[in-house]
Amino acid sequence: MFDLSLSKEQKMVKDSFSKLVKDLIADNAHEMDEAGEIPVSAVQKAWELGCSVSGVPEEFGGYGMEDSPILSALVLEELAYGDMAYAVAVTAPSLFITPINDMGTEDQKKALLPNACTDDYHVYTMAMCEPHFGADAVSLKTTAEKKNGSYILNGVKCFAPCASQAEKMLVSASLDGENNLFVVEKGAAGLTISEKEKNLGLYSLETNTVTLENCEVPADARIGGDKGVDYDRVLARSRVAMASMAAGMCRCSLDIVKQYAVEREQFGEPIAHRQSIAFMIAEMAYETDAIRLMAWQAASRLEAGKSAKREAYLAKLYAGEMAMKICDYGVQILGGHGYIREMNVERLYRNARSIACVEALSMA
Amino acid sequence: MINLELPDYLDNLKTQMKGFAEGLLRPIARKYDEAEHTYPVELDVLKGMPVMSRPKKKAGEEKPKKGAERKNGSNMSQAVTVESICWGDVGLMLSIPGAGLGNAAIVAVATDEQMERFGSKWAAMAITEPGSGSDAGSIQTTAVLDGDEWVLNGEKIFVTCADRCDAVVVWANVDPSAGKAGIKSFIVEKGTPGFTLEKLEHKLGIRASDTGTFFLKDCRIPKDNILGSAEVKKSTEGFKGVMKTFDNTRPMVASMSNGVAGASLEFLKQKMEEAGIALDYNENTNNVSAMQKEYYMMEANLEAMRLLTYKASWMADEKIFNNVEASMSKAKAGRAGTLITQKVCELLGSMGFTREHLAEKWMRDSKILDIFEGTGQIQHLIVARNILKLSRNELK
Repeated sequence: MFDLSLSKEQKMVKDSFSKLVKDLIADNAHEMDEAGEIPVSAVQKAWELGCSVSGVPEEFGGYGMEDSPILSALVLEELAYGDMAYAVAVTAPSLFITPINDMGTEDQKKALLPNACTDDYHVYTMAMCEPHFGADAVSLKTTAEKKNGSYILNGVKCFAPCASQAEKMLVSASLDGENNLFVVEKGAAGLTISEKEKNLGLYSLETNTVTLENCEVPADARIGGDKGVDYDRVLARSRVAMASMAAGMCRCSLDIVKQYAVEREQFGEPIAHRQSIAFMIAEMAYETDAIRLMAWQAASRLEAGKSAKREAYLAKLYAGEMAMKICDYGVQILGGHGYIREMNVERLYRNARSIACVEALSMA
Repeated sequence: MINLELPDYLDNLKTQMKGFAEGLLRPIARKYDEAEHTYPVELDVLKGMPVMSRPKKKAGEEKPKKGAERKNGSNMSQAVTVESICWGDVGLMLSIPGAGLGNAAIVAVATDEQMERFGSKWAAMAITEPGSGSDAGSIQTTAVLDGDEWVLNGEKIFVTCADRCDAVVVWANVDPSAGKAGIKSFIVEKGTPGFTLEKLEHKLGIRASDTGTFFLKDCRIPKDNILGSAEVKKSTEGFKGVMKTFDNTRPMVASMSNGVAGASLEFLKQKMEEAGIALDYNENTNNVSAMQKEYYMMEANLEAMRLLTYKASWMADEKIFNNVEASMSKAKAGRAGTLITQKVCELLGSMGFTREHLAEKWMRDSKILDIFEGTGQIQHLIVARNILKLSRNELK
């Protein structure tokens, strides 16, 4: 049946991440943003709750639970409610683990997953976005060419989360016009990783430009073997993740505004008593709900093993547009105070733009 | 456990209702738009269909068998059904015999004896007055008990099915000094002396629906025609209870909007595809044509409208208080549906302005859905008061 209630397990997982964020992140997100880094211990604590590995079979180092895009969506919303940069950093390994667990060959799972699914957090990631004008995750400029049994990768990627520290990363590239994922190891010849990129938002998250210049990877580096991957499904899972993080940010902006508007007095009464303010807040509330429901709808289809291409595409599109609008309202309602960096709405305003601009910062 | 996929039986219901809408309603949609107020005789086949009947068992009483999959309740079925029928035509849906809002009110609160007397009648609902719209608590129509009869006086406007109905559920105040607490509803049958249908309105859209004005002048009805208790309590709990029916009807109006917007978008998609403009739900929207981008954004909005509607309906079925969510669904669906049908006409160009196609009609029809059962602004007010925990005096 159509059901919006959380199972016991879903509730438990959601609550544990919610508590973690409340304890570790909520009051520190601004300092993290200013410092430009996230404390390793904070990432490790979230990792220990089973981030990104719960759906991996035990034999490969995971918890052996069901691979659940819905559960991931819940986790990502909670993490991003605290801070999106934190959500991305903590779940960056899912960009590597999830596609392999979902679509890799048995040999690839055996060879790649155990090292990524350890008790300690290690960085694994994916390089998907490209820095040129008109970049599109479905028409990649990065190419893979088959040569003497291996693949030669060429191209430039950007916004690869935590790439400079990654042990291994997946790189999306076009092979004879088909989009594929390839494993590229740290230090591979022809692989150059830039300094930390300077972005509009997500200051505390390290993202890097990744340049591949005749970077040769072995034949078994192609995820899914000769069949390749279901690239639409990879994108769908990443789009559900983006929409879920958008829901988290919007909820955060809404909560700040709800409190502010009833406390802030002008002309002798709280500004919330004005329809012009109150109606904006009402809109923020139902649009946040809408973003979450659209992410859940796509996740439900993925969970049932169905195609969620359309649903995930629309969810991310909607989230990209609405998160910006909602977080804009967040700053606007706080007025001049909202423009000051100490106020969390300022950070949310910058971070929210990433949903529309960027693809594949996490996987649901 | 979270699952936003419709179960098979609701999917089938949707297909079935869409088939019905396509076969019976679409072919006559234009005809009754132009023949304003004329009763669509083609709908006679639906007479006697138990559209608004009492469920044999109250929801929740029936215990599901162990291990059997839980099913969604009647509000979810209604959301799916209403959307599909309104995909066919919303004006005609409002003309289905016996499916008036008054019937909903009767089904909800009538005694068994009243059910016997009025259950099979087509009942309209009369709340609005010339001076009382969104502020339903301010109605001026009065009801005074005189022996075994209530005597009603006042004027009611914007009554849907005014001409075709057999009876009207009229809101009137039995004790104006008590304010809203004095508001009660009464069943007034057609033909009662002093009860006259003054005129039918000529409207922007839903022209198939006969919207009218009634005068009540010393109109006498039996004492037993009051719905619910006649007692005037000090608190406004009674009035709040009446307003609660909107928690079920607002998602229904949102469903109507989903249906009309869906019809409009589907027509645009068909024309785009005929012109060779493919929609692949894959490309970056910055790399597609302006028309494709508009389309994608509208379809995303339709999904948002529909999911908010499903949420409010699901909550009603699960007996979770859904006052806020009901208003959210209507605020979103009413407004976004209006914008979608406008935009579709723009994108269709000449095809969107001609009466040869239904797109222009959908643009006119959808506008009412952001107005009746509470305007979009009233919905925002309800949502905001609730989430900000402000009283009606604080947030006016």
